[in-house]
Amino acid sequence: MTTALVRDGDRLHGDALRAPLAVGGVDAVALASRAARLAGRSIKRESKSAGLELTVRCIDLTTLEGADTPGKVRALCMRALHPDPDDPGVPPVAAVCVYPSMVPYAVEYLGDSGVHVASVAGAFPSGQSDLAARLDEIRGAVADGAHEIDIVINRGALLSGHLDVVFDEVAAAKEACGDAHLKTILETGELGSYDQVRLASMIAMAAGSDVIKTSTGKLPVSATPPVALCMAEAIRDYEAQTGRAVGLKLAGGIRTSKQALGYLAIVAETLGTGWLTPGMFRFGASTLLNDVVLQMRFRATGRYARPDDLPVD
Amino acid sequence: MTTTPARDVAARLGETFADYVPSLEGRDIVAIRPSYGLMIGGRERPAESGATITTIDPSTGAALSEVAEAGPADVDAAVDAARGAFERRWRDAAPRERSKLVFRLARLLQDRAREFAVLETLDGGKPIRESRDVDVPLAAAHFFYHAGWADKLQYAMPGMRARPLGVVGQIIPWNFPLMMAAWKLAPALACGNTVVLKPAETTPLTALLLAELVDEAGFPPGVVNVVTGAGATGSALVDHRGVDKIAFTGSTGVGKGILRALAGRDVRLTLELGGKGAHIVFDDAALDQAVEGIVDGIFFNQGHVCCAGSRLLVQESVADDLLGRLRRRMELLRVGDPLDKNTDVGAINSHAQLVRIREYVEGAVAEGCAVHQPQREIPSQGFYYPPTMVTDIGGSERIAREEVFGPVLTVQTFRTEAEAVARANSTRYGLSAGIWTEKGSRILWLANNLRAGVVWANTFNQFDPSSPFGGIRESGFGREGGRQGLEAYLELTPVRP
Repeated sequence: MTTALVRDGDRLHGDALRAPLAVGGVDAVALASRAARLAGRSIKRESKSAGLELTVRCIDLTTLEGADTPGKVRALCMRALHPDPDDPGVPPVAAVCVYPSMVPYAVEYLGDSGVHVASVAGAFPSGQSDLAARLDEIRGAVADGAHEIDIVINRGALLSGHLDVVFDEVAAAKEACGDAHLKTILETGELGSYDQVRLASMIAMAAGSDVIKTSTGKLPVSATPPVALCMAEAIRDYEAQTGRAVGLKLAGGIRTSKQALGYLAIVAETLGTGWLTPGMFRFGASTLLNDVVLQMRFRATGRYARPDDLPVD
Repeated sequence: MTTTPARDVAARLGETFADYVPSLEGRDIVAIRPSYGLMIGGRERPAESGATITTIDPSTGAALSEVAEAGPADVDAAVDAARGAFERRWRDAAPRERSKLVFRLARLLQDRAREFAVLETLDGGKPIRESRDVDVPLAAAHFFYHAGWADKLQYAMPGMRARPLGVVGQIIPWNFPLMMAAWKLAPALACGNTVVLKPAETTPLTALLLAELVDEAGFPPGVVNVVTGAGATGSALVDHRGVDKIAFTGSTGVGKGILRALAGRDVRLTLELGGKGAHIVFDDAALDQAVEGIVDGIFFNQGHVCCAGSRLLVQESVADDLLGRLRRRMELLRVGDPLDKNTDVGAINSHAQLVRIREYVEGAVAEGCAVHQPQREIPSQGFYYPPTMVTDIGGSERIAREEVFGPVLTVQTFRTEAEAVARANSTRYGLSAGIWTEKGSRILWLANNLRAGVVWANTFNQFDPSSPFGGIRESGFGREGGRQGLEAYLELTPVRP
């Protein structure tokens, strides 16, 4: 499948797009200023409690290490199901995110709990391998029971101006996913500008992604407030142009409750509260969960718990 | 489509989160006294007549404190004190001593930043986020910046001998009470002048607190004197024969009166007056960020900003898209308690100003303009006005030509760059303008052709002590900040080689 996708001024044209898609530019200074202000919203009391619980419900609890084993994945899944073992009121997370080889174990451990299994696939994190092999990896993970597939875009193609290649590969991945949800990672830390982040967001959405995602978590710079705002604005504009609502996943570097609440404010004030659900918004994180649970315990008891009181994986 | 219970829970959580329960900055950090006197010659004293004025909290209308209302005799005493301090102490103080004291004042202001922020918000109605993040830090920055110049004036003015002017009368407005005090005091003191400062009658408290810090910093008595009062007090200062310079920030009407009063007298004058800033958005602009610029340009400080971007000029081909985004963004603006850290738009400074804003908008409706205001409720107590956008404007309406000094934006469209410039310059003011485009050559062409003292590109309402600020035409003359701002406080004579 090949689609001609060309950039004409600030519009994208392609066979697969029913109408040209306006991309538009981004001003970095004003973007950063708005993002900082939103991330600095002062979230207290009931709003904080709601934000913390929402954060738990929206987490993709993640382990993506070369050293991952079934034992490690089991511990991760137990945390996913019971983030606070002493308080069954704390809900399970949205999904567990693992490498394809760990999908069968995660599927077994999570059973019919409702917690999704997400798998990275397609030569994560670089994406630098033959397309057929990448698509095979996706199909394999889906066949093993993954509900969601996280792929990376072809940054090399994007940076060398081959937008059609980026588009076609995402579209092919979407097809390979079948009924599984496709979450497309832009790896914003490698794109060099917010204009490129916005362009990549538009291509990934136009090619059929269900969710666009910031980062692999493998770079020093991952999700940042300006990047989150930039992608949220792209999602909003894409919906205005096409009527299709695409989800957002922020991953990498989000470790504290305060950061998470700031990101929720960015989403709430850019996309609206309709996006503040696990179906439309995710945090990709591992250490974040325990910090949120400690904050929830403090909200419930008025006392700070020790980090050691909570299980780790 | 059925919704699962989990989705309902998440939706409810999202709503609760996004409501942002009030997060109030504590007001206990500042102790407001029941009454304040005048600061003359390092001593606090009541007005000779015993007259006082009440300053109120515009977010509730409740009285905050009583301050003395200075009459001609008090102004006379203040000018005398300033003259004595100039001739006996300050004129001949070592430049490094002036530098040290101005620096110390900056440090003291930083130390008590939260106290000043809360007081500024209580007395003036501006959101605590702004007084905390903009007003107080910028005020401190102005003192730091000018502390650096105090002993380097010969380098600021090459080939010139720079001497202080003497006694400076400074009259400041109510929109940025502390920041304007800093903009005025910092260069005057660094250049070796002494000051009689007249704060606005609705917002005297931070200037009085600043006067306490001046004393604490160790300035000789009489170098800074504060006379509180209304227009009559300002007139007494302007009319006083003992002042060498008047610096005024305020309305164009009052500024013209001062210019008339000083005609034929050997008194230097700088005026920073009103504005009707054009904010020009081209079709290639980063639209979401342009919307942020427009919002900051007109709704920052409830629009009580002389350089506000109160006239939006948008290229017709992108007008519908931009205005749709702007309306959506305006729905998000949280109008309410200025002490709430999440408040975006606070209280209108005074009842009189609220009435003035209402009259302008009602007048616009009568002249056939369309008015858009967001749905979000505003408080019923206190002085509040919703963010307002006025469209269907021809250009001759009062609201399109006069300074409203409130959260009211007028919108017009244009087709070409030349038309944008022509519309932008079609005003008696000339303080600020803003440009939004991703095309650099267009920015340069516009900046050369816009008649405004300050032109911002892809940003708005950015201030820095090193950047000279001021207007042309009926927005006034003279600059504040930067090397240029020093000239207003120096007597320059060429040095013979």
